[in-house]
Amino acid sequence: MIRLLQNIGSNTIDQIWRLGAGARLFGLTLISSAESIRRPRLVTKEVYATGVLSLVIISVSAFFVGMVLALQGYHTLQKYGSSEAIGVLVALALVRELGPVVTALLFAGRAGTAITAEIGLMKATEQLSAMEMMAVSPISRVVAPRFWAGVIALPLLAALFSMIGILGGYLVAVPLIGVDEGAFWSQMQANVDWQFDIVNGVIKSVVFGVACTMIALFEGYDAPPTAEGVSRATTRTVVTSSLAVLALDFALTSFMII
Amino acid sequence: MERTTIDLWVGVFVALGVAALLGLAMKVGNLTTSSVGETYTVNAAFENIGGLKPRAPVKSAGVVVGRVERIRFDTETYEAIVSLNIDKRFSFPTDTFANIYTAGLLGEQYIGLEAGGEIEALAHGDKIAHTQDAVVLEKMISQFLYNKASEPAAPAAAAPAPAESTKTGDDALTTNPLDDILN
Repeated sequence: MIRLLQNIGSNTIDQIWRLGAGARLFGLTLISSAESIRRPRLVTKEVYATGVLSLVIISVSAFFVGMVLALQGYHTLQKYGSSEAIGVLVALALVRELGPVVTALLFAGRAGTAITAEIGLMKATEQLSAMEMMAVSPISRVVAPRFWAGVIALPLLAALFSMIGILGGYLVAVPLIGVDEGAFWSQMQANVDWQFDIVNGVIKSVVFGVACTMIALFEGYDAPPTAEGVSRATTRTVVTSSLAVLALDFALTSFMII
Repeated sequence: MERTTIDLWVGVFVALGVAALLGLAMKVGNLTTSSVGETYTVNAAFENIGGLKPRAPVKSAGVVVGRVERIRFDTETYEAIVSLNIDKRFSFPTDTFANIYTAGLLGEQYIGLEAGGEIEALAHGDKIAHTQDAVVLEKMISQFLYNKASEPAAPAAAAPAPAESTKTGDDALTTNPLDDILN
C-alpha cells in the first residue's frame, strides 16, 4: 500500500520534472537557433530526413483518406439528396481537421521516432559528450536544426496531405460515383474560406510541428544511454506526440470556432 | 557553396508544399474572387435581417457581385445597418432595391440587388433607400392566419398598407418606381 503511494508520488514528480526539463530544452533550442540560420545546410539536411522521406507515406495515406471520405460522405449525403455537397465535405474535413491532425500523427510515427532514436543513440555512444568536449554545443549543432526542420516540414506536408486528399476524393466522387464535376468544385469554392479554414489549418499544423518535433527531441535527449532506454524513449515519443496532437487540436479548434 | 542531391530534393519538397498551399488557396478556397479586386461600400438599413451573416453573398440577377462586410445595430432607429462590399466593376443606380432572400427552403440567406431606373450610380458610402426585410416564417404564418380570419368580414379593407414590410418583392418593384415618377 505504501509502495503504491510511493510509486504514484515518484511517477508524478518524474513527470513534472520531465515537463520542466522539456520546457527548458525548448527555450535553449530557441536561444541557440542562430547557428541554424547561419548555416542553413544543417537544416536542409534535416528537412530531407523528416520531410522528403515522409512524402510517400503522407501522399499515399492522404489519397486513401480522401477516397474514403468521399465514399462515406456520398453514402450519407445522397439520402438527403445533396450529393453535390460532397466536395465541401471532403475539403472542409481535410483542410480543417484531418490534414493537420493525421499528418502530425504520421509525422510523429515516421519522423519523430527517427529523431528520438538518432539522438538517443548519439547520446548512448557519447557523441554528444564528445561535441561538448570540442566546445561545440550539441543543442545548437544537433537539436536546433532538427527542430526547425520539423517546424518547416510539417505545415508543408499537411498542405500536401489536404491537396492530395481532395484529389483522391475528386477521383472517387466524379469519375467513379458520377457527381457533377462543376458542382463538386463550385460548392467547395463557395464554402471553403481562405481565412477561417485554410489559414487556421496551417496555424494548427505549425503548432503540431513544434509539439511533435520538440517531444521527439526531448525524448531522445533525455533517453537513458542504453539500448532499452532508447527503445522506450522511441515508444514514448509516439504516445506522447499523439496525445499532445489530439489535445492541442481540441484546444486550438475551440479557439478558432468561436 | 557546393550543391548536393539532398538540396535538390528539399527544393522539390518545399516547392510541392508551397504549390499545395497555393492550390488550396486558389482552387479550394477561392481566394481569387473573394478578396482580389477593388470594392466600394454601400449601406442598407433593414428592420429585420433574419439569419443574414457577415460574408454572405450579395447577388444581382443571381450573379455574385459582392459580399456583406459587416452588420451593426443602430440604436436610434432600431434598425440593422448592413454594409455591402460591391465589386468596382459593377455599378448600380441609386434607386436599387436591396432584398434579403433565402437560398432554397432552408439555405443560407443572401442579399439580392434589383437595379432601378435612375441614371446616377451608387457611390462609396451611399445608402440604399429601398430595402425589403428577411422573410420570417412565424410572421408569415401569423399574417396568413390573420388574413384568413378577417377575409369574409371585409374583403375591401384587406388592401395592404403601402409601406408594409411583408409584401412581396414583385409588389414592391411595381409600386415604388411609379411612386418616384409621380413625385
